[in-house]
Amino acid sequence: MTNIKSKLGWKLATAVLGAAVVAGSFAASAVAKDWGKFQVEDRRSGYTYMTDETRDVQNDDFENPGMLWVENGQSLWSTKMGSAGKSCASCHADADKDMKGVAPSYPKYNAKMGKMETLEQRINRDIVEKMGGKALKFDSKEMLSLMTYVGKISSGMPVNVKVDGPAAPFFAKGKAFYYQRRGQLDMSCANCHEDNPGKLIRANTLSEGQINGFPTYRLKWQKPGSVHRRFKGCNKNVRAKPFKRGSDEYVNLELYVKWRGRGLPTETPSVRN
Amino acid sequence: MRKTKLAAGIIAVASVMAVQSAFADSHIKKYKIEDGAIKASLTGKTGDAAKGKKVAINRKKGNCLACHAISDLKDQPFHGNVGPSLDGVASNYSEGELRLRIVNAKTSNEDTIMPAFYKVDGYNRLIKKFKGKSVLSAQEVEDVLAYVMTLK
Ligand code: HEC
Ligand code: HEC
Ligand code: HEC
Repeated sequence: MTNIKSKLGWKLATAVLGAAVVAGSFAASAVAKDWGKFQVEDRRSGYTYMTDETRDVQNDDFENPGMLWVENGQSLWSTKMGSAGKSCASCHADADKDMKGVAPSYPKYNAKMGKMETLEQRINRDIVEKMGGKALKFDSKEMLSLMTYVGKISSGMPVNVKVDGPAAPFFAKGKAFYYQRRGQLDMSCANCHEDNPGKLIRANTLSEGQINGFPTYRLKWQKPGSVHRRFKGCNKNVRAKPFKRGSDEYVNLELYVKWRGRGLPTETPSVRN
Repeated sequence: MRKTKLAAGIIAVASVMAVQSAFADSHIKKYKIEDGAIKASLTGKTGDAAKGKKVAINRKKGNCLACHAISDLKDQPFHGNVGPSLDGVASNYSEGELRLRIVNAKTSNEDTIMPAFYKVDGYNRLIKKFKGKSVLSAQEVEDVLAYVMTLK
């Protein structure tokens, strides 16, 4: 896999060097393509910025390593957790029905907490309050399995988060975070994912940084990862101090980033480099 | 006392460059901007283009290739295209203009994605280990500049 990837990267780099008009030629040729459901207006899923090889892995359920996590999540659904002797299925017997459309609508406003809640946090609330269990870490095997399973149930459904009403101030905070420069390299999310999608940053083709496919199975990680894990990585790459998974800062940022991808299809489990 | 001994040790075994980035970085040398350029060398010395070439390639240092293609470095894989190719850039700009561009590209374009390579303050949520440090030392800026000046 790595081999294929680096060879391709080199080919791309050579093509760029050879081209008379360097900047732009790339983005232009990519935009001309019809991406079908993976593009809504000017917004494109990360899928459209991947190599054909990576897309093939995502397209084929038998090859997509994220599918194992979906199966894992499905069996966890009816496994008892916590002191109350309950499983998710005790209350959500028909997951396909109860969880349909849930993943693309998160983060959601929680009136009792007076702030936004991610899907992981919503799941943890049931585990702690209704099942007598301990909150799962965002990138634990159990949480990633449940998240991948719940995401897969909404496969193809458009991202649709509410950003008005009580969510509005949190949306504003997430947006401010997105445009704020940070770290020693002094870059904002927008510098890379809004100003430069389709361009090469050394070996990587920049995408729009959309999150319609999370938890995404990253070949580099050899496992799925949470949205907040990705945020931490992108913060550290510019030499900025990351926030904690589940921090208010990242929850609000997630709301804004999810909204940027409004209408894009839920793609869990997506596969990325 | 201990620090001096350590520094002396480094000089003895390693290069002067290591000392530069370990200690000298915490104090930015004063420089003067006139006519969109920094005309004088930051160190009073001219840079070493061979060393500068390495700085331009090094992902933890200049990493200029992350955003710029440079035909002279075509033996290196992965040239980015976020910024323009640097081929011929020394024919288009004066040495002083290029020095300012590397020191702090935001003086000419505050919206640019290009990092300031010689600046220590005004950062937001800087990781601790980079506190008080610039991306490049003054000498590394001069070295990379000397290399860029060969791109005619
Ligand atoms: C004791 C019953 C109970 C158990 C056990 C339980 N839940 Fe829930 N869950 C609920 C109730 C009640 C709601 C609120 C339903 C509603 O709002 O219509 C809910 C809501 C949810 C939601 C939010 C749906 C939405 O539309 O926003 C998710 C996600 C969820 N549960 C996941 C889980 C998972 C995963 C488990 C197992 C780890 C689990 N639940 C276990 C009772 C339970
Ligand atoms: C220096 C450029 C850079 C900056 C700044 C940056 N990222 Fe990224 N990001 C990348 C690269 C490179 C990747 C991997 C390729 C891609 O999908 O763009 C990536 C990937 C992502 C992905 C995964 C996309 C997918 O399809 O799975 C998300 C989400 C993301 N970034 C969000 C952010 C957020 C939010 C910020 C600001 C906190 C940010 N990034 C800042 C370079 C950057
Ligand atoms: C994160 C991306 C990035 C990195 C890393 C980067 N640059 Fe740039 N650079 C740019 C962009 C984008 C421009 C285009 C002008 C602007 O944005 O102001 C540019 C412009 C330039 C120019 C002016 C070119 C012209 O034709 O006008 C020079 C010279 C330059 N960069 C040198 C360097 C050197 C030397 C390094 C490494 C020490 C470097 N850059 C690292 C993004 C980058």
